[in-house]
Amino acid sequence: MAPVIVIAAAAALIAIFNSRPAERVVLLPGPDGKAGAVVVTTNTGSILLDQPYAAASVSSHGSIKAIREDAASVHARYEAALIAQPARPVSFFVFFLRGKDEFTEESKPLVEKLKAEIVQRPAPEIMVIGHTDRVGSEASNDALSLKRAEAMRGELIGAGIAASSISIAGRGEREPLVPTADEVAEPKNCRVEVNVR
Amino acid sequence: MINQYMLRAALLLICALHGVAVSAAGEEPAGTIKTVTGSVTIERGGQKLAAAEGTQVFAADNVITGSNGSVGITLRDNTLLSAGHNSSLSLDKFAFDPSTHAGTIDASLKRGTLSVVSGKIAKQSPDSVRFRTPTTTLGVRGTEFIIEVDAARD
Repeated sequence: MAPVIVIAAAAALIAIFNSRPAERVVLLPGPDGKAGAVVVTTNTGSILLDQPYAAASVSSHGSIKAIREDAASVHARYEAALIAQPARPVSFFVFFLRGKDEFTEESKPLVEKLKAEIVQRPAPEIMVIGHTDRVGSEASNDALSLKRAEAMRGELIGAGIAASSISIAGRGEREPLVPTADEVAEPKNCRVEVNVR
Repeated sequence: MINQYMLRAALLLICALHGVAVSAAGEEPAGTIKTVTGSVTIERGGQKLAAAEGTQVFAADNVITGSNGSVGITLRDNTLLSAGHNSSLSLDKFAFDPSTHAGTIDASLKRGTLSVVSGKIAKQSPDSVRFRTPTTTLGVRGTEFIIEVDAARD
């Protein structure tokens, strides 16, 4: 009986000494300074991290300890992973002349900004989605929205962006930015959405 | 005779269906490698491929960084994954419907460091996004975080 207890006690002690932090989870603030939330679960329980720099230290046996990190230590400790982070995906709305596949004069600076943004990204992937307002038939708006997307693709290819990195779609009048009754002209709906990642 | 013919037809049909499923799964990448420094390897179906900017990543891939390596991947739902030195990341499952934003992400970090910026799937259906380590499961509620797994653990 006694040796069994001694062995069990020794095993428990070894387990405690061995349970150095093996894993760590740190919640970070987003670009707006706010943090979302992560639930950290092991075989012994779970904790919720929902404040910027809230962290969990997990032993190899699954015991979880709530700890707190700060910006400086996180950036020092995880520098390699953070520097490797890809550029965040961005979206642009380019507005078009009513009933046409030419963008508006006011949108031209934005188109230049968009090209510059794409060119400086490694291995860019671009999704171009054309839209229209509700003037005209659904079928003609499907065709117009696709022509707008094609025009935008042509513009990007003209700037030296690989055609293979651009996919296009036309959604016609189905997804208005500003919902209207049928046959209402709405310049804000005459647009192309460009998603870049 | 008829039975044998039918059996053969059934086998052909199964092969055809299987072929379709395999090619459909093979065609749709989960994401694209955007940044690479040092040594980065992708393990895919027993093969080792060197990773470069623009290399596509598929579900079931293992991405491994060397002692000087790091890698950044953008998944199709805009999730950003980036691993530091001496890391081993498996993208166990990935599915994404760009129209509904429904999908699944199941990824595990076996060692090293991983920074995550969650994407559209976590926003649309957070319960479908899981990150695992040898001892931990993370449920994601739309956020940015870091996971570290000590490489020297037993």
